[in-house]
Amino acid sequence: MKTNDVILKTTAQVVFFIIFLFSIHIFLAGHFAPGGGFVGGLLTSSALVLLLLAYDLKTVQTLLPINYTIMTASGLVLALGTASIGMFLGRPFFKHYFDHFYLPLIGDTELHTAMLFDTGVYLVVVGVTMTIIQSIGGDD
Amino acid sequence: MVQVLFIFIPIIAAIFIPVLFKKVRGLHTGWFVLIVPVVLAAIYASYISQVMHGETIVSEVNWIPSLGISFISYIDGLSLLFSLLITGIGALVVLYSIFYLDRSREQLHNFYVYLLMFMSAMLGVVQSDHLISLYLFWELTSISSFLLIGYWYDRDRSRFGALKSMMITVFGGLMMLGGFVLLSIMGETYSIRELIAQAPTLASHEWFTLSLVLILLGAFTKSAQFPFYIWLPDAMEAPTPVSAYLHSATMVKAGIYLVARLTPIFAISETWVWLVMGVGLFTLFWGSFFAVKQTDLKGILAFSTVSQLGLIMSLLGASAVAFHVDQAQDTVFKFAAFAAIFHLINHATFKGSLFMIAGIVDHETGTRDIRKLGGLMSIMPISFTVAAIGSLSMAGVPPFNGFLSKEMFLTSMLAMKDFNILAMDTWGAVFPIVAWIASVFTFVYSFYFVFKTFTGKYKPELLPKKAHEAPIGMLISPILLASLVVIIFFIPNIIGDVFVKPAVLAIQPFLYDSASDIPIHVSAWHGFKPELFMTLGIFVVGFLLYLTIAKWQKLYKIMPDWLSLNRLYDRFMTFLDKDLNRFSKLYMTGSIRNYLIYMFAFIVAITIGTLFAKDAFTFSMEGTAPIRFYEIIIILVLVISTITVLFSKSRLTAIIALGSVGYTVALFFVIFNAPDLALTQLVIETVSVALFLLAFYHLPKVSRHEERIGFRLNNFIIALGVGIMVTLVALSAQSQKLVPSITEYYKETVNTLAGGGNIVNVILVDYRGFDTLFEITVLSIAGMAILGMIKLRLSRKENEHENK
Amino acid sequence: MEVIMAFVIGFLFMAAVYLMLSKSLLRIIIGTGLLSHGAHLLILTMGGLGGSAPPVLADGVTDMADAIPQALILTAIVISFGVTAFFLVLAYRAYQELGTDDMNLMRGTDEDDE
Repeated sequence: MKTNDVILKTTAQVVFFIIFLFSIHIFLAGHFAPGGGFVGGLLTSSALVLLLLAYDLKTVQTLLPINYTIMTASGLVLALGTASIGMFLGRPFFKHYFDHFYLPLIGDTELHTAMLFDTGVYLVVVGVTMTIIQSIGGDD
Repeated sequence: MVQVLFIFIPIIAAIFIPVLFKKVRGLHTGWFVLIVPVVLAAIYASYISQVMHGETIVSEVNWIPSLGISFISYIDGLSLLFSLLITGIGALVVLYSIFYLDRSREQLHNFYVYLLMFMSAMLGVVQSDHLISLYLFWELTSISSFLLIGYWYDRDRSRFGALKSMMITVFGGLMMLGGFVLLSIMGETYSIRELIAQAPTLASHEWFTLSLVLILLGAFTKSAQFPFYIWLPDAMEAPTPVSAYLHSATMVKAGIYLVARLTPIFAISETWVWLVMGVGLFTLFWGSFFAVKQTDLKGILAFSTVSQLGLIMSLLGASAVAFHVDQAQDTVFKFAAFAAIFHLINHATFKGSLFMIAGIVDHETGTRDIRKLGGLMSIMPISFTVAAIGSLSMAGVPPFNGFLSKEMFLTSMLAMKDFNILAMDTWGAVFPIVAWIASVFTFVYSFYFVFKTFTGKYKPELLPKKAHEAPIGMLISPILLASLVVIIFFIPNIIGDVFVKPAVLAIQPFLYDSASDIPIHVSAWHGFKPELFMTLGIFVVGFLLYLTIAKWQKLYKIMPDWLSLNRLYDRFMTFLDKDLNRFSKLYMTGSIRNYLIYMFAFIVAITIGTLFAKDAFTFSMEGTAPIRFYEIIIILVLVISTITVLFSKSRLTAIIALGSVGYTVALFFVIFNAPDLALTQLVIETVSVALFLLAFYHLPKVSRHEERIGFRLNNFIIALGVGIMVTLVALSAQSQKLVPSITEYYKETVNTLAGGGNIVNVILVDYRGFDTLFEITVLSIAGMAILGMIKLRLSRKENEHENK
Repeated sequence: MEVIMAFVIGFLFMAAVYLMLSKSLLRIIIGTGLLSHGAHLLILTMGGLGGSAPPVLADGVTDMADAIPQALILTAIVISFGVTAFFLVLAYRAYQELGTDDMNLMRGTDEDDE
């Protein structure tokens, strides 16, 4: 079933970037305002799903050649790795650290290892959701 | 810290083995593996001088600090001796395996991963000071032994043997865990050192004997004592390097180690002395008696291992008597602990070499059946020499190390009858007699093993392969071990001072201040004493029995097969497998609906029953949130959507209604101040609906089947019950707040401790990070499972195409 | 409000269980979906529906909603998504292989165990 949906495709492109940027914002805001890895990851995947609906699976895969299985795995490794930082420093598993840093352009910023952990969560959520959607969609 | 890491070096090295096996095809993987035990042996050898002078080396890494569980590596004489055995014999075995296992045909990466895993586990067992981590490593040895016995998993016998060893040793391990827990409750600590320090006070505790028996069950199953030995002969299905390593030199000695380690705690008990010595001695006799019956080379060695382990066990039992007499240093019991450790070293050397020879014979002739072998002496002269040295040492003939420890064993057993404690004066005489008979049979099977294989008539027509001497690489390890057998005979006191005495100090810490105080000097000749005449008697009678073996070996057939312990085990397993299965089939009908009904019915009955039996149901309107108009509307929408789901005929309606329930729930989250949830729920609902629509393509068109009224009524009653239960629970939970919410703690600390503002998110990534970690793991597993379900089938389809 | 919610949740559970006991695979999956909605609302309600602000630190806010149930639910939502997806695929794969979605016909037989 091939349809030529110019309006849908054009809007999808624009909306994809809007949702995607919004999801990144939500993800980064997580520590202080509503948001976080789960929501951010899900929003990103919903943006990708939108693309999948507008285009077909093959086109999206050539546009964004991401292996979602590897993405899931690296997310897990990142989360586990962050959690084990404490162990190497003689502290319990899952000890988080945070401090203020001065970053160029952004200014005084608080950086957390919890943020890294959340990035792992984000990657896993996107990876798994897209793995599921792609495998079901690609099955015929 | 570093010292604990040494334990884990093998298991960390194991990670790289599959890669090396895949990438470096030109070189046998064993060469890489060999580095690990060699390095570790060198490291542990560097501790020798410190430990010899009575020092102990401790290092600790926290594992679960909140439960007080940590990895503590505690190295004293006993631990160091075992660690050296594990790494030293390990190195020899790996070297041997390089020539024994063919690079191109075997699954080497599996083999060496299991082997390294075992090495870590075993080091952990002998170095752990913490009972729980000891148990962990203990079970890990069982598991790796299981994997190694089942290494040739396409053979029925291998799988059977693997399962049998696993069942028996894990059973023992669980019993032991129970004993450990009781012990820790009594002493209020898991640390073995601390428990030993308060040993005298533990003895009066009511659980003392129970924990003793449970722990001994663990030690006896692992060390193949009667009646649990039956797994060891079946474990011989493992590749021979494994048998030499796990099932003679190291793993089966874990039980010995445990008994030795805990002797200071339990020796005070009469039960301990009788159990350890009695079971050990009986096993010694039983094993040696049945070794003569075997026709498989490794079978003989297996029973001989059982018997020798019994010997060491009985010596440890005898050493415990020292706790019951005054001035034990001056009595003959001082020999027992020394002899046990000394024999343990000797056994590792001669039995290791014998196993390797059995493997070589198997490798070069294609059979291990002693009835087909014979006359190999001229064809395999080096193997014969090694086998002869090992066997003669095992038989207790000078000038080999077995003679020395066997003499000390007889001395200890003779001493039993001279003591009028623990009712020894009536029964004491039994010990030397049983020991003597067992030694005679030991002599017989040692000769049987070596001379039936290497002398006599060569029968090439019975051998699957043309026999020839093994390659030199395969011979290096047995030759090294055999030369140790001879060397130890000439320098027993150096071995004694360096290895045995520090270990004895760990077994009998209350008797001596330092290892050098132990007043033992080993000598091959100590005059015309009873033990000398006993030994001479063993030689004469044993030799006569060996010469006439063909005449009386038939006697073994008199005992009916069905009476044996093996049959008992088999029947028990069949009972578990078949009969219990038939019983469970009565209610396990295979229909998920039935299972769900059982579960729901019981949950409802138990919960509602408890609610009213405990008078827990209360109802109050106090402190409830006010009802707002728009909330009523949302509730109505929710209820109507749910009803639509229930009664919809088409699947599309059902899905849309379900989506609407989901969005309504999201609205609830919005009005109840849960922005995170609302966001997540909205997005999830959207993605879910997309998912349903995608899956629709593959699902049947009709959403429901015809269901009879009775069927539906049945379902309705169960459903109604669940609904009522949940409502009642919700109402009573709402009406009584027994404890204040712990959320206050989070509110106060979220900024100071975690540096965050959004409490929900901080709970997820920080306070309760474990939950999240596991959650994303589960999520990934679900994703991989879905991928598997879809992709695996695709590849199968492709295969079918190829086949056509 | 909590009292009304208790009844609504009870109703959701009832509908969910009823659907889960039916013969059709799709209805079972929908049932599990409803069940998780019910469970989420149950947890939320048990934490108390009071509180006038979201559990996010802000100046001057003291009366905020309980954060713990929310964290629990957030985890549960994502997991239930994974489970639902898994069930869906399991269902349609079973349908493809066995040619039926009737649970009564899908029960395992003795031959399958061997």
